[in-house]
Amino acid sequence: MLAYTVRRLLMLIPVLVGMSLIVFFMIRAIPGDPATAILGEKASPEAREALTEQLGLNEPWYTQYVEYVGGLLQGDLGESLRTNAPITEELLPFLAATFELALVAMIIAVVIGVNAGIISAWFQNSWFDYTAMVLALVGVSMPIFWLGLMEQWIFAQELGWLPSIGRENVRDPIDPITNIYLLDTLIQGDFEQLGTAFKHLILPSIALATIPMAVIARMTRSSMLEVMRSDYIRTARAKGQKMFLVVYKHSLKNAFIPVLTTIGLQMGLLLGGAVLTETIFSWPGIGRYIIEAINFRDYTVVQSGILVIATIFVLINLIVDLLYAAIDPRIKYQ
Amino acid sequence: MSVTASKEDANVTLEAKSVVSPWKDAWKGLKKNKLALVGTGIVVLFIMLAIFADFIAPQSYKEQVLPDALQSPSADHWFGTDDLGRDIFSRVVYGARISLWIGFFAVLVSAILGSFLGIIAGYYGRWIDMLISRLFDIMLAFPSILLAIAIVAILGPSLQNALLAIAIINVPTFGRLVRSKVISIKEEEYVTAAKAIGMRDSRILFHHVLPNSVAPIIVQGTLGIGTAILDAAALGFLGLGAQAPDPEWGRMLSDARSYITQAPWTLIFPGGAIMLTVLGFNLMGDGLRDVLDPRMKN
Repeated sequence: MLAYTVRRLLMLIPVLVGMSLIVFFMIRAIPGDPATAILGEKASPEAREALTEQLGLNEPWYTQYVEYVGGLLQGDLGESLRTNAPITEELLPFLAATFELALVAMIIAVVIGVNAGIISAWFQNSWFDYTAMVLALVGVSMPIFWLGLMEQWIFAQELGWLPSIGRENVRDPIDPITNIYLLDTLIQGDFEQLGTAFKHLILPSIALATIPMAVIARMTRSSMLEVMRSDYIRTARAKGQKMFLVVYKHSLKNAFIPVLTTIGLQMGLLLGGAVLTETIFSWPGIGRYIIEAINFRDYTVVQSGILVIATIFVLINLIVDLLYAAIDPRIKYQ
Repeated sequence: MSVTASKEDANVTLEAKSVVSPWKDAWKGLKKNKLALVGTGIVVLFIMLAIFADFIAPQSYKEQVLPDALQSPSADHWFGTDDLGRDIFSRVVYGARISLWIGFFAVLVSAILGSFLGIIAGYYGRWIDMLISRLFDIMLAFPSILLAIAIVAILGPSLQNALLAIAIINVPTFGRLVRSKVISIKEEEYVTAAKAIGMRDSRILFHHVLPNSVAPIIVQGTLGIGTAILDAAALGFLGLGAQAPDPEWGRMLSDARSYITQAPWTLIFPGGAIMLTVLGFNLMGDGLRDVLDPRMKN
C-alpha cells in the first residue's frame, strides 16, 4: 500500500506542474496587451505600465514562473487586481461556502443515487426500475441552471416555502467562525440559525445534486446487476441468506468499487457545477467569486480561483484512487 | 484470362451480398431499442427545426414588438412573448440552429483533434505517448466547464470562442478513447501483416487503425454533442457565450431571469428545449453504444 501511495503521489507532480503552467500562461494568452485588456482602451500609459509591472510581465517568462510557483508553494496566490487584497485571505470564506454546498449536495446524491441504483438492480425491470432509470436519464440531461430557476419559481416564489437566494437571513446574519454555517451555528448552539442555514441550503444543494445523483444511480445499478449474476451470490442465496443481506452486504461490497470511482469523478464535476448553482442562488462561493472576477477583468483572481478548484479536484481523485486500492487489493499490483 | 477475372468478380459480388454492413446492423439494433428510437426521433425533430427554421418560425427572432411584451402563451404566441415582445416559439426554433451548430462542430473539432493525438500516442508509444497522455491528464485535472470558462474569459465572450472552448475541453476524452483503441488494434494480426508487406505508417494508421476505431468515436460523439449543447447553454447563461440578440437557449434563460414570477413561460420553454435536445442525444448515444460497442453487446 505504501509503495502504491508513493507512486501515486509522484504521479501527481507533473500534473500539478502542468496545471500551474496552464494557469500561469492564462494571463499571457490574453490577445493583445494584457494591461490594456484589463484596464480598457482609455487607460493612461502610466497606469498600463504600472499594471504590467505589478503583474510582472516585464521580466522573462521563466523568471516570472519561478517567482509565481515560489509564491504558490508558500500559499501566496497573488493579489486581487480589483481590491488589492491578498487572494489567499479573500478566498477562504468563499471556499468554505462552496465546501458546505458541495458536501450537502454530494451526501444527497450518494444516499439517494446509490439506494435508487440498488433497488433498481434488485427489482430489475419493475416499475421502480423503469421510473428511476427514466428519471436518471432526464437528470443527466438537465441543465442545472434551469432546474435551479424552476426550483426558485415553484418553491420560493409560488409556494413561498424556502428562501430563493443567499445562505443566511440578510437582516440577521450568522456569525462566522469556520464559515461553514451548519457547523458554526451548531458550535454556537443557535438552533434557530441552524434552521435558517439549512433552509437556504435545500434548493441549491438539490439542484447541484441532480446530475451526480443520476450518474451514481445508473452506475450503481449496472455494477450491482453484474455482481448479482456471480457465483458467490448464487451460493449465498442458495444457502438461504435473506435477500436484503445478499443485496446490501454481499453484492454491494464488490459493486461499490466502480461506484466509488464515479463518486470521485462526480465530485469534480460538482465543483464545476457549483459555478452555475452559485450564480443562480447568489451563493457566496468560489464559483461566484470567479464569475464576478471575470466580469471585473480581475484576472489574478480568475487564475488563482481556477487553480485552487483544480488542485482540490486532483486531490479528491488521489483520495479516491487510494481508497480504491484499499478496498480492492488487486489494484495495487497493476 | 478475361474469363477468370469475371469469375472472380462474380465471387466478390456474392460475398458482398452475404455480408451485412455494420451500419445496417447498427440500425437494426437501434430499431429494437425503444428509448433509443425516441431519442433519435427527438434529435431528428430538432434538426428539422434548425434546418427549416425560416419556414417553421411564425415570426422573426429579433423583431421587438414592445406593446406585446410578456404575453402568456396563446394561439398567436404558442410559447408567449419575452420582455421585448419577441415571440418565444420563434426564438426557440431559431435557437435550435445555434445549439445544434455548436454541439456538432465543437464535437467534430474535438473528435478530429483528439483522434489525431490519440492515434499518434497509441501507435508510436514511448515519449510521444508520455507527452500527449500527460497533456490529457493535465487538461482532465480541471473540471471541464471551468476550463471552458477560463478559455472564454481569456479570449473574450462570444459564440465562436464558446465553441472553441468546448471543442478544446473535449479533446482529451476523444484522445484517450482512440489511444486505448489503437493500442489494442496495434497488436492485431492484420496490422502486423500490413507492416510485414512494408506498408507506410500513415497508410496503416488511416486505412486500418482509424476505421476500426470509428465505432467508439461515434458513440462518444453522439453523447458528446449532448454535453456540448449543455456546456454552450451554460456559457450563454453566464454571459460568456452567445450575445444578444442571438436566440441561444442559455442566453434566453439569463435574459428572462428577472421575469420569473411575472412570466415563467419565458424560462420554461428555452430550458425545456435544452433538456429535450440533450435527452435526445443521450438516449440515441446510449442506444448506439449498446449496438456498436462490442463490450456492452454481451
